[in-house]
Amino acid sequence: MVPNNFRYTKTHEWVQLTGDEALMGITDYAQNHLGDVVYIELPVVGAKLAAHQVIGNIESVKAVSEIYAPLAGEVAAVNEGLNNSPELVNQDPHGKGWIVRFKAAGKAEFEGLMNAVEYEKYLEGLDK
Amino acid sequence: MSYISLSDKDKKEMLARVGVSSVDELFRSLPDEIKLKRKLAVPPALTELELNGLFEEIGRRNTLGQYLSFLGAGAYPHLIPCVVDALSSRGEFVTPYTPYQPEVSQGTLQVIFEYQTLICQLTGMDIANASLYDGATGAAEAVLMANRLNNKPKVLIPRSLHPQYRQTIRTYCRNLGLKLEEVGFDEKGEMKLSDLEAGLDAQTSAVVCQSPNFFGQVEDLKTIADRAHAKGALFIVVVAEALSLGILESPGKLGADIVTGEGQSFGLPLGFGGPYLGFMACNKEFLRQFPGRIAGQTKDIEGRRGFVLTLSTREQHIRREKATSNICTNQALCALRATIFLETLGHDGLKEMACQNIHKTRYAQAELGKVKGLKVKFAGRPFNEFVVEFAKDWATVDAALRKKGIIGGLGLAADYPELPDCALVCFTEMHRKEDIDRLAAALKEALS
Repeated sequence: MVPNNFRYTKTHEWVQLTGDEALMGITDYAQNHLGDVVYIELPVVGAKLAAHQVIGNIESVKAVSEIYAPLAGEVAAVNEGLNNSPELVNQDPHGKGWIVRFKAAGKAEFEGLMNAVEYEKYLEGLDK
Repeated sequence: MSYISLSDKDKKEMLARVGVSSVDELFRSLPDEIKLKRKLAVPPALTELELNGLFEEIGRRNTLGQYLSFLGAGAYPHLIPCVVDALSSRGEFVTPYTPYQPEVSQGTLQVIFEYQTLICQLTGMDIANASLYDGATGAAEAVLMANRLNNKPKVLIPRSLHPQYRQTIRTYCRNLGLKLEEVGFDEKGEMKLSDLEAGLDAQTSAVVCQSPNFFGQVEDLKTIADRAHAKGALFIVVVAEALSLGILESPGKLGADIVTGEGQSFGLPLGFGGPYLGFMACNKEFLRQFPGRIAGQTKDIEGRRGFVLTLSTREQHIRREKATSNICTNQALCALRATIFLETLGHDGLKEMACQNIHKTRYAQAELGKVKGLKVKFAGRPFNEFVVEFAKDWATVDAALRKKGIIGGLGLAADYPELPDCALVCFTEMHRKEDIDRLAAALKEALS
């Protein structure tokens, strides 16, 4: 079961909002389908994000996937630990494998994303 | 799968299985109006005897070997030890395709890995790729790579870079919004530092420098590297005469960020312009934007050393339009020849060959310098070629030399209008003292 307090995008990013500080990563479903992650191309601190904009890439041994901004905002920090340990995304995608912390532009968009129940239902639909 | 053509019996059997009575029936969906109802206008088939005769007759029109040639300018006549032909023509090397399946391609992959290692040693860089087409496309790829790395729009290209390399860079950069700005050469035929300073600014992505340059001069790489880096630009070194790496300090030690060039000198015949061998190397930190295939060393599940193509996520078949390049091949057989060549000569043999080039060129400079009506154009340090200026027009001198069975050099006026009646002459270990003396004598006569 995916964390209850997160919100989810159709492109399998999760986002957690505390005040106007947002934390994001990719979901367990995404890391499972990617396979062993070997490299993550992270955005620069200070970069401005538009919702659904490509902000980076995740590479596994055989494929590359784009990472989309779940909300608009400005990058405050990136998970530098992923440079040396990209496997964190596989091991703990909802925790230590977080990717970007950013200042969210607004809360309304957050409410518009899928909640845990809706996301689980969405995943069921995909695997059919 | 055997490569034997089908017999009539085979064809009948296949047609019967498919359920048609003739090959024509397989094309019955095509409208009758577009069918060509006559035989193609090609001559009839020749017998093996006639075919051999035809090609021998065409081959006799070649003048290769009949002329004493002093042409260089990006393609150099060098000794190719016979072991290069003998080993590289073996079926195990000549027939296999791309090593996509490492399980059945360890030999191929090991050679590529050895080749990459040799290129790293010669260029003084951390990583090399499995090779590109040639020096010109290598230069273009390096420019594109620099732009991907720092997103700056301007690249400084020296006029002393091979004209065809410059043209190729322009072709690759068309429609990309990059500003390719030219840096001139000075009275020594080297990069004009005042032009370089004038062009270097915060918008400059990279400075390109060929050394030895098109005029044969060895450039001061360290000084140019420092100036480029001071303004936040990357430094790309292009080496058209790979043999020079056998004696000159490696570009990596002098500040190069990317080194690329032409490996034809390493065991490849002149071959009417190809196939040649682009090599490219860079430092670790730029790995993700590095184009081309890369062979890597790894361990199998039993812990044995093995080789694979690695870091494929930079490439076409995975990243598509976001790949580091559209190249999806390498010059495997040419890289194999270069590897055999380098491993045969070894570090000392390569240095010896390079030294002979320098010594012959110095001798030629001295002898040609004595000829009345001929001036060695640029003072400085040529590796194995230099520019000469004639008191008569080049066409006249060239014609006179050819009458004596000599191709004296490459006329420069077409690419360098500022160098009329000048030619680029090249001297390698293949030219004997008598050959150089013969050229000097012929020039003396042509210019009298």
